[in-house]
Amino acid sequence: MQDGLSLRKKAEDALKKTPPYGEDLNLDDYEVAGKEENFTQDLMALSEDDKKTLINVGVIPTEENRIGTFIMLNNAVSHASVKKEDEVELLSLQNALKKYDWLKDYSWNLVKPDTDKYTAISYLQNADGYFIRAPAGKKSKMPVQTCLLIGSKNSSQMVHNLIVVEEGAHLDVITGCSTRKDVERGLHLGISEMYVKKGATLNFTMIHNWAEQIGVRPRTVVYVEEGGTYINNYVTLKPVKSVQTYPTVLLEGNGAFARLNSIGVAHPGSELDLGSRVIFNAPNTKAELISRTITTGGKVIARGEMIGNANGAKGHLECHGLVLSDVGTQRAIPILEANVEDIELSHEAAVGRIAREQIEYLMARGLTEEEAVGMIVRGFLDVGIQGIPEELKASIDETIAKIGEKAI
Amino acid sequence: MLEIQNLTVEIGGRRILNDISLNVEDGFKTVLFGPNGAGKSALLMTLMGFSDYKVVAGKIIFKGEDITNMSVYERAQMGLGIMTQRPPNMSGVKLRTLLDAISKNGSSYYELAERLDMVRFLDRDINVGFSGGEIKRSELLQLSVQNPDMVLLDEPESGVDLVSIEQLGITIKDLLTGKGKCAGERCKHGKSALIITHTGQVLDYVEADRGYILCNGRVMCSGNPREMLEDIKREGYQECIKCKMDYH
Repeated sequence: MQDGLSLRKKAEDALKKTPPYGEDLNLDDYEVAGKEENFTQDLMALSEDDKKTLINVGVIPTEENRIGTFIMLNNAVSHASVKKEDEVELLSLQNALKKYDWLKDYSWNLVKPDTDKYTAISYLQNADGYFIRAPAGKKSKMPVQTCLLIGSKNSSQMVHNLIVVEEGAHLDVITGCSTRKDVERGLHLGISEMYVKKGATLNFTMIHNWAEQIGVRPRTVVYVEEGGTYINNYVTLKPVKSVQTYPTVLLEGNGAFARLNSIGVAHPGSELDLGSRVIFNAPNTKAELISRTITTGGKVIARGEMIGNANGAKGHLECHGLVLSDVGTQRAIPILEANVEDIELSHEAAVGRIAREQIEYLMARGLTEEEAVGMIVRGFLDVGIQGIPEELKASIDETIAKIGEKAI
Repeated sequence: MLEIQNLTVEIGGRRILNDISLNVEDGFKTVLFGPNGAGKSALLMTLMGFSDYKVVAGKIIFKGEDITNMSVYERAQMGLGIMTQRPPNMSGVKLRTLLDAISKNGSSYYELAERLDMVRFLDRDINVGFSGGEIKRSELLQLSVQNPDMVLLDEPESGVDLVSIEQLGITIKDLLTGKGKCAGERCKHGKSALIITHTGQVLDYVEADRGYILCNGRVMCSGNPREMLEDIKREGYQECIKCKMDYH
């Protein structure tokens, strides 16, 4: 890690640095959300509205079948608890940095503060977030659930998360991002740095459930060592102002593997710029990128990128976009790059409407047109994400049913 | 049950059926013969209401109601069902999901799926990577669960191996005639059917009541289906066309 002063200088210089993609959001339009909030010991004591907000992003207030729970409200940690401390360590990143001296080499290491103005402001504001560590060899059967919640209007939330899955360990994390019921406008900046050590597995699911005037700019980099596996599921089905994200996975050890699934729905007025990038820096590394997006009137840009720098690398990229409206846009941008000889990278991309023939096939079995479209859309978005709670599934089904109605 | 009156149909402006008239009485199993490209499949697709098939003249009466302008869904609700030749790949839609949706009162289809050797396909995307025979079995399973009053079968035996064909034939027989044993029972309680066949193999399982021959989008003649099949096997369809021309 470079010394703090020079990083600070670089970040200050980057405060006006506009990223290449996504609508340019003005940081001055949002007030920095509160850094001190009440700590919530018992999630069941939360208001019914708050509980519902959590459930809608896969976070269960009863904490049933969850090994730990972390909640960030605005810019403050409002809950952190873990059931089996020997299996998972969970605390705020700022506290973890005080606890572990080695962690400073991990923090702001994969994501550079001067990447763009969003990373710069997050660095300068000393953003807090979660630190999750799975100790070597520990394989928790239950996931850690985390929620990043914007609770104040017209404010900006800056989060810095760091995950370390040590050698041979297995960790599942669900992160739900949302706003309180009455918050319509705001900005969410999220820095995530994830380390998957030798032979370890990280299964990371992120569910976004924002409001119509929220700008979202996650900045994620994942480092995977030899024989490690990183699975990423990204789900955003509700209206949002704009999301621009381009998570990057660095496959740095022999035989490392990554799979990134993105499913998104762009409603009228929403812009989803969803990318995924895998860089194959070690031999025999493999990756699959799957993107399934729908527009019901908004704009979707699905970027997928694979860069092969080591022999024996294999990757496949699949970008499918459904257009369910006359005014929506679907743009698929697959990029493949081979820099050594023994590389096998491929992609398939397709955008368009649902074939009439498919709808009528189901109607001939007695389904209404709405039911038929709903069934096809549900199948389209089903990429086999594991561990989604029943309550969230019901909410996803409801969203899909509405899409089916509107599509006709 | 079904009355087709002077039906003329086009696909993309091209005429494929010309002034077709035929009837299927209650409980009757009616067979459609004809060479490739005669318009047999097009007739079945038109009856089900698929939107590529534009009716430019004539009427379709089903159960006494004019269904010519009804949607596919409305026709299915009225009791019409189809097994098509080339159903679309339904990526993402599992066979189980569709069967769950169409099985009324959640009745079990597992036994039937077992009998048709389709259990291992329940969690597969419908038709995706299915062989010809697998598509037939899947279609028949869906149709049996749907249990319509009148079935339209487009070459149910084509592409099916010799072992499966018996199972398929028996299932079709069960679907069409239920438990009715004698001919009287069959007509009274059985379903009506319009069946396309080239080989006539399906007639080993289903007692057909009447046959029609279709050539070049026109009905050539009707008669006893077994006799017709024998004639076609012996003479081919050329004789039919000649016969029709002589008749005029």
